[in-house]
Amino acid sequence: MHALYDRLKALFPVGEFTEQRSNLAFVTLPGAYLRPALLHLRDREGFTHLVLLTAVDWIEQGQFQLTYLLSNRAENRDIGLRVMLPRLGTVMASIHDLWPTAATYQRELREMFGIDFPDSPGVYEEFILEGWNDIPPYRRDFDTLQYAQDSYAQRPGRETRDPESHMKQQLYPGKG
Amino acid sequence: MKRDPMHFIKPELMPRKVKGPDGVEFEVEPLRDYFCDAPPTVQHGAYLKIVEDFFNWARAQSLWILGFGTGCGAIEMRPLMTPRFDAYRYGIQWRPTARQANLLVISGYLSTKTLKRAIRAYEQMQNPKYVVGLGSCTINGGMYWDSYNTIKCLDQYLPVDLYITGCMPRPEALLQGFEDLKKLIRAGQAEGANRYAENFTWYKANQKQVIHDWDMPDYNW
Repeated sequence: MHALYDRLKALFPVGEFTEQRSNLAFVTLPGAYLRPALLHLRDREGFTHLVLLTAVDWIEQGQFQLTYLLSNRAENRDIGLRVMLPRLGTVMASIHDLWPTAATYQRELREMFGIDFPDSPGVYEEFILEGWNDIPPYRRDFDTLQYAQDSYAQRPGRETRDPESHMKQQLYPGKG
Repeated sequence: MKRDPMHFIKPELMPRKVKGPDGVEFEVEPLRDYFCDAPPTVQHGAYLKIVEDFFNWARAQSLWILGFGTGCGAIEMRPLMTPRFDAYRYGIQWRPTARQANLLVISGYLSTKTLKRAIRAYEQMQNPKYVVGLGSCTINGGMYWDSYNTIKCLDQYLPVDLYITGCMPRPEALLQGFEDLKKLIRAGQAEGANRYAENFTWYKANQKQVIHDWDMPDYNW
């Protein structure tokens, strides 16, 4: 993978390189170079399959991380391109014309994280949630427990136990 | 060039006047959704207790389950409807449509999106009808207790006659649950549909509280 990284470095201002396994690595690069880099990897390096497009919410850094994972079937190796975006008013260029499946991922990211992909087909249609009226639920500033308690009727009497201490108490009563 | 969309519609789908068998002419729009949104009414028992008991005995013998799996619990239905556990020997069978079923098994967690479909399915079923909540998720949320998208307490939204505990309940537990439901029906205590009719506004208010994009009639037969 290091040879591939050197070839990428010659073409794009790529940043940090993480080699997870001998056939899986991640590269960070600026959003403006994502499209040429994807095209290069797809057409020149044989990474023809978009495995997934996903996001991570780095709320402490005020950033979203988009990960475009590509696979090269012939050589059995994967590369992930990471793009860091500001968390406020996140807009990213759509890549649905490179891989049509990306449109579905982008639709999901817009709904679950609020990352906007203008021009992506159907990106403003509801994907999984229906009638959602709060901030996107996968954002880390969304308080899931609070929302669940506010929105849904709860049955009283539910209690939560720590499994380890509870099983100790059950199996060996009287022993510290 | 803009064309009238009705131009492409097949003639049998066009709105037209039809003469009924009784000779009365009436308007028909085949593409419109026809439904009756009159609220459900309480169905009273037979005038004699012995007749009602006979009806209940007969009802208990024919539990026809709607083949509608809402969550992971639906996986327990497969061994139940196949020879391994063979629920058919107890007079229980699965039907593909709500019109032919009288038992709605809410098999596991219910997201608000599925709840909407479950309500539609339940309301389209004919009386007498029963609801069984299966697994911890329907009782108190189970492992989805803090989920933003699943209801925690099924009996707020549908009239549950019986809960079967477990995560997941084994097919044996389901068979036992169905036997218990039969006992309830024979005792005349499985009155969920009447409870739904009596507290219809309460159920509707609860349902609309969690389903934010309510885009269906309040009651749809």
